[in-house]
Amino acid sequence: MARSPLAIDPRWPGAVAAALVLALTIGTLIAVALRAEWGGGLGSADWAAIRFTVTQALFSAFISVVLAIPVARALARRQFAGRKLLITLLGAPFLLPVIVAVLALLAVFGRGGVLNTGLAWVGLPQISIFGFHGVVLAHVFFNLPLAIRLILQGWLAIPAERFRLAASLNAPVGRLLEWPMLRAVVPGAFLVVFLICLTSFAVALTLGGGPRATTVELAIYQALRFDFDLGRAALLACVQFGLCVVAAVMVWRVTGRDSMGTGLDRVVQRWDLRRPWVDYGLMGAAALFLLVPLGMIVVRGASGLFEMPQSIWAAAFRSVLVATGSAIFCTVMALALAMRGGAVVAIVGVLPLAASGLVVGTGAFLILFPFINPADAALIITMLVNATLALPFALRSIAPAVTGVQADFGRLGASLGLRGWSWLRIVMLPRLRRPLGFAAGLAAALSMGDLGVIALFAGEGEATLPLAMYRLMGSYQMDAAAGAALLLLVLSLVMFWICDRGGRADADL
Amino acid sequence: MLTCDRLVLQQGDFALRAHFEFAGGEVTALIGPSGAGKSTLLAAIAGFIAPIEGRVSWDGRDVTYLAPGARPISMLFQDNNLFPHLTVMENVGLGLRPTLRLTGAERARVDAVLAEVGLTGLAERKPGALSGGQQSRAALARVLLAERPLILMDEPFAALGPGLKDEMLDLVQAKLTAAGRTVVMVTHDPADAIRIADAVVLVADGIAAEPVTTQALFADPPPALAAYLGEGGLKPTLRK
Repeated sequence: MARSPLAIDPRWPGAVAAALVLALTIGTLIAVALRAEWGGGLGSADWAAIRFTVTQALFSAFISVVLAIPVARALARRQFAGRKLLITLLGAPFLLPVIVAVLALLAVFGRGGVLNTGLAWVGLPQISIFGFHGVVLAHVFFNLPLAIRLILQGWLAIPAERFRLAASLNAPVGRLLEWPMLRAVVPGAFLVVFLICLTSFAVALTLGGGPRATTVELAIYQALRFDFDLGRAALLACVQFGLCVVAAVMVWRVTGRDSMGTGLDRVVQRWDLRRPWVDYGLMGAAALFLLVPLGMIVVRGASGLFEMPQSIWAAAFRSVLVATGSAIFCTVMALALAMRGGAVVAIVGVLPLAASGLVVGTGAFLILFPFINPADAALIITMLVNATLALPFALRSIAPAVTGVQADFGRLGASLGLRGWSWLRIVMLPRLRRPLGFAAGLAAALSMGDLGVIALFAGEGEATLPLAMYRLMGSYQMDAAAGAALLLLVLSLVMFWICDRGGRADADL
Repeated sequence: MLTCDRLVLQQGDFALRAHFEFAGGEVTALIGPSGAGKSTLLAAIAGFIAPIEGRVSWDGRDVTYLAPGARPISMLFQDNNLFPHLTVMENVGLGLRPTLRLTGAERARVDAVLAEVGLTGLAERKPGALSGGQQSRAALARVLLAERPLILMDEPFAALGPGLKDEMLDLVQAKLTAAGRTVVMVTHDPADAIRIADAVVLVADGIAAEPVTTQALFADPPPALAAYLGEGGLKPTLRK
């Protein structure tokens, strides 16, 4: 009897988006599972790859979190000019193409890098960035900022009144307030970083390799591209998926619902602050660790811009095309899913977190291979996969805003007879400009820097900018690669900026 | 005429029954303690909540399962009566055409109704650039323009100061009642009912009672109303 007269909007766009995501995640997984050669089992090289993947992810997560705790504490309790800028900067690695970061680290820690030049100058032995510690270094470079932001959120979530109460009681803030907060927040931060490092491909491709430093993702790539052993690639993809699911479920159970980057500007007044130089030293060191490599890219890239081969510009054009397509596709899917809502959508929204580019890519390769030359579909597949992998982040930005609009204006819209397209055009889209712009920018930047699926599919003529850059590095044209890195960095940031800015400009909210 | 025919509303543990008619062309106030279900009854009439039993009908036509926008009803909510990103012209124009593609003649009608509520020259402003009273007037202009016979008001003027609120209530009476529309308004302030309501429905203890003329009700309040009004009763505010 409880028929609701409030039946809103066509539901098919959400259903189509959900079906697409399912096809690209579960569908490709089925293709992989069907093709996997289970009979042979895992060889010793495969076990080595699994061990390496898990070990490096554990180390990377551990080091990132341990270093992040004191820096987050310093940021939480010190007020200084540039604090906001530093916090914004900590968000930047999320948009930074992995391959650019790797080149940046090479410029500092590599064979001819700043560090080794300095070591040679004082007569100390050289260090090598390749292998296990190089992979861990790159992962810490990427994830330290993320860990700092996650833990900083925990710090700032402690109500100011508690600090006041602790101060008036002369109670130890550390044991009373900070330790319980860390016990709640740190496991989640650790697992998020662990999950990210599990799916690392580009870092292992450039800084790892060889029997002692190959991740499962890299092994999939090698099995597919070099050995053309589809059965083994599929088997490894299943292994990788299993690893990711276990980690993703752990993340989900530990963290639950998270809030993303809200209110990091706040500084809580404290009464227990001594030795400020320790805090400022820590923050300075963290900023240097992030800024020096990026500065090297700008310095070396600026001179390398003139040594880039012509093909780089074509690759850059392809990248912009793919990133634009991915941004539009991802945003439309996220909007359709968010407006539909419900449990299925919630699941579809987190599914891509457990998927990795290489696993989805392998599945897509297996599905397409019998029919067409995969290289022909390289760009469109890359676009689809990138859009799907960015979907959870886009949804996290759009879904709460959709819920807010429904809550604030759903009844008004219904009583005015605003439905379907009118509702979308007159109310939803204008009111969602900010989150839509942010989501599109995020998807564009992530797609711009992606070096995963494209490496599986592309032949000579389909390279995107990250792949073209990787090929330059492979042929030791480091100056040209640095130029390409600068171009890639600028394009990623500009695409993000245009989208994000477009959503903010004269929005009446 | 609006009829609630053996209507039963349920939300969790809460239930409300209503079985009576609202006279056409009059202003009826729903009054009662907070949480008694005044807004719930209004939401059911508007079509936002489906009753578990009973019918709602307008002039003999069953509207129980019509979508809110398809009912002969305009509604003024407690807040969010205007879209902040649309101009006053667009907000009011929505009452005429939900697609917002207005012809020249329709824009002229919007201008005319804006003049009627005293908002001449403010058509291109956005709600953020209006005062609270002007925002209420814009919402009222849309209701006037929509030309639907039944108006539901869920305390839309509660956030205004007492003077402005009275001004808006008088405007409702002058514009809507004069045009023959039926108004049902929720209020927790007996003075509002006394100011413009012809009849009052007391909502208390899970039942919406039959409408009683305002004068008669406040002259001799039933126990439930007396409890709501408290010690001093209504005597000081009863001026009408």
